[in-house]
Amino acid sequence: MKACVIVFPGSNCDRDMQVALRNAMGSEPIMVWHGDSSFDDVDLITVPGGFSYGDYLRAGAMAAKSPVMREIIARANKGVPVLGVCNGFQILTESGLLPGALMRNADLKYVCKDIHLTVETTDTPFTQGYGNGGVIRIPVAHHDGNYFAEDSLLDELEGENRVAFRYANADGAHSDDANPNGSRRNIAGIFNKQRNVLGMMPHPERLADPTLGGVDGKPMFEGLVEALS
Amino acid sequence: MKATIHVTLKSGVLDPQGKAVQHALGSLGFSSVEDVRQGKFIELELNETDEGKARAELDEMCKQLLANTVIENYSIEIV
Repeated sequence: MKACVIVFPGSNCDRDMQVALRNAMGSEPIMVWHGDSSFDDVDLITVPGGFSYGDYLRAGAMAAKSPVMREIIARANKGVPVLGVCNGFQILTESGLLPGALMRNADLKYVCKDIHLTVETTDTPFTQGYGNGGVIRIPVAHHDGNYFAEDSLLDELEGENRVAFRYANADGAHSDDANPNGSRRNIAGIFNKQRNVLGMMPHPERLADPTLGGVDGKPMFEGLVEALS
Repeated sequence: MKATIHVTLKSGVLDPQGKAVQHALGSLGFSSVEDVRQGKFIELELNETDEGKARAELDEMCKQLLANTVIENYSIEIV
């Protein structure tokens, strides 16, 4: 399997993503600079977290219009898997690859802590590593993670089984107090219609090594390697 | 010519920053404030002389970059 990590000015989780991919693949992912309009063929494109272009105008708005995104959109439309985490999720919604928008957290505070998620669907390369689903613990770190979509779109996402993760309590209940940012229906991650693009606010790459305090992010990368190798 | 653009959240979209400003105004004693919506104000200098063409182009700018039409409305003024 070959994978790449897109690097924007202001990305700050690109190295974490690189390490998580390297450990899962046993080989080096390629790092792709935002100004590159072409790059090697890969089996997986990752768009990491951070504050691309300083999050000017709106989080992810500038990055969504960068040269490398034109290439990513073209490849995603051909079926290449794309994973966007945190700022990467914001960029994917701003680019139109994923529906909805990520707004300022409802309580206006930057949130940085471990939270629990339910794995809502496991029949994708991104989530097959989670077997039968269940509850996982993953860190979030964001100011603009409040997922918004109209009711009709939310119904469509749920009807097509395109919600990947929801914020939950440790016991898996989708309560308001388990929702760190006000996201509608506790949504933490979604797929596109073709299910080859996943955007999520929590950071699986930050909890994929026991020395970092947990490994609940690891099955995502192992599942991707298994599915795409 | 000069153009100004206002970008605001759509009416159905919760505006937590507007709400925080509203509460702060209330706590300062401005009891008449019933609602606050916060947005962005953007000024552009264009080297276009045809107002119709400028408007069409500004509209595209808003759709493609300046506003996120999933959650925001925009209005364009030629000054």
